[in-house]
This record gives sequence, C-alpha cells and structure tokens, in this order.
Amino acid sequence: MRVTVRLFARLSDLAGTGELIREVPPGATAREVWNDLVLEWPGLGDYEKTISVAVNAEYARMNVAVRDGDEVAFMPPVSGGWDTCSTSS
Amino acid sequence: MATPQVATPQVAVTSEPLDADALIALVGAQGDGAVVTFAGLVRDHNQGRRVRFLEYDAYEPLAVRALQRIVAEAAELWPSARVATHHRIGRLEIGEASIVIAAASAHRADAFAACRYTIERVKQIVPIWKREHFDGGEVWLEGATADPDDQAARDKAYRIACSEQNRGACA
Repeated sequence: MRVTVRLFARLSDLAGTGELIREVPPGATAREVWNDLVLEWPGLGDYEKTISVAVNAEYARMNVAVRDGDEVAFMPPVSGGWDTCSTSS
Repeated sequence: MATPQVATPQVAVTSEPLDADALIALVGAQGDGAVVTFAGLVRDHNQGRRVRFLEYDAYEPLAVRALQRIVAEAAELWPSARVATHHRIGRLEIGEASIVIAAASAHRADAFAACRYTIERVKQIVPIWKREHFDGGEVWLEGATADPDDQAARDKAYRIACSEQNRGACA
C-alpha cells in the first residue's frame, strides 16, 4: 500500500523534499514509515526522540497503524508563536 | 451598496498581515470589562545574531486544529473568557506581527490569563516553524516537541497564566 509522507522545516531540508510517496507493507506503523525514511536519509535519525507524528492531519502516536492512502506527517519541535528560543530551555 | 463583509474566523493561519482590531471585534461582547490583546513581533536580534527576516512554515490543517484546541482549552479553564488568535506564515519582516491573540472577559484577570495561556500553548503544540535569516546564514529554530496530550505542558502553561500577579483568575 501507499502513503503520502509530509516532512516539515529542517526535516524537509534533510530529505530534500517536503512530500513523497512511500510503499509500505500492510499493517505498517508510523514508526516503520519513519525508520524507512531514516535508512534513506540518516540525518533524520537526529530527530528520533523529538519528532511528532500526525496521520491525516491529526496528532497520532508512532505505534499507530497506517492505511493505504493516509497522509503521514513527521514534524520537528515546533517554534511558532513568539520568542520561542528564550523560553524553550 | 454595502461592502461584503468577510467573517473573521476565531482561529486562522494566514499569509496576510494580521488585524488585531478584527479579533477584538470578534471576541468582544456587551458587558465585557476587559479585552487583552497580544501581538508577537519579529525581533531584529536573537541569540547575538542580527536578524534580517523570518520565514514561517506550517502544517496548515493541523495548525488550525491545534489553535482550535487551544481556544477550547482556554474556554474550559476560564468560562467567562472568549479567545481568538491568528498566526501568520510566510516571510515576515522585522517588526511585523507573527501572531495576534485577543481575549475578552467581564474581568481583566480572566482575560489576561486566557491570553497568556493561549500564547504558551501555541508555542507548545501548534505545528509552525520559523526559519531565521540572519547576517551570515539561516537556521530553522526548534522549540518544543509537540504533544497535545502532555499534561505537564498544559500545567506549565496554566501556571504561567496564573503567576503571582494574576492569581485572581485561577483556582
């Protein structure tokens, strides 16, 4: 089956694209989709512990099973709003 | 002929300049005693770097949902308050507003608290990222790992909203 992967901010820089189609085996979890990306772009591995995941634009967990046609988004730590740096420590 | 009026949404992610007055008009109601607004502006310096401009990226559908979730949380915590917030994306120059929040209530303490809670939660869970373009380079800034169900993060935002000076608004 196929899923659409979305990557944001530095993750999209590392992969060289913000959107790609991936073939995944039936029953694959978001984590397996992620691991597959890390194999191709090892730099993504730095985000192992800090990414968030969303499936079809809803926050999800890495152990959630994805389905054919799903949009799976991986997101680095967020920095919207204002003055993020001075308060994130 | 009347000018067609576009309704102001309670939350939005937009590449257009933000309009604080529209948010104030949206949240205000007869009988209010207070409306608090907050605007986050692009600063000309950060961590010793001279900032040229910022570029905001978003996962828009999830960002809108996260903003909806935050104003709902604020309404639950301060039932007398009404909150609206718009976040801008794209290229922003120094001094431009990246976010505007308006919170109205019968009393100022609740309006301040709801406004402060909203900005703290935006920084925690809204999937928006800024790339800082500074003299000599550019860098994506990264803050918090977004987890809307993280109760500790919610508690932290609540504590900040209910700091010493604003205790009257909180249980």
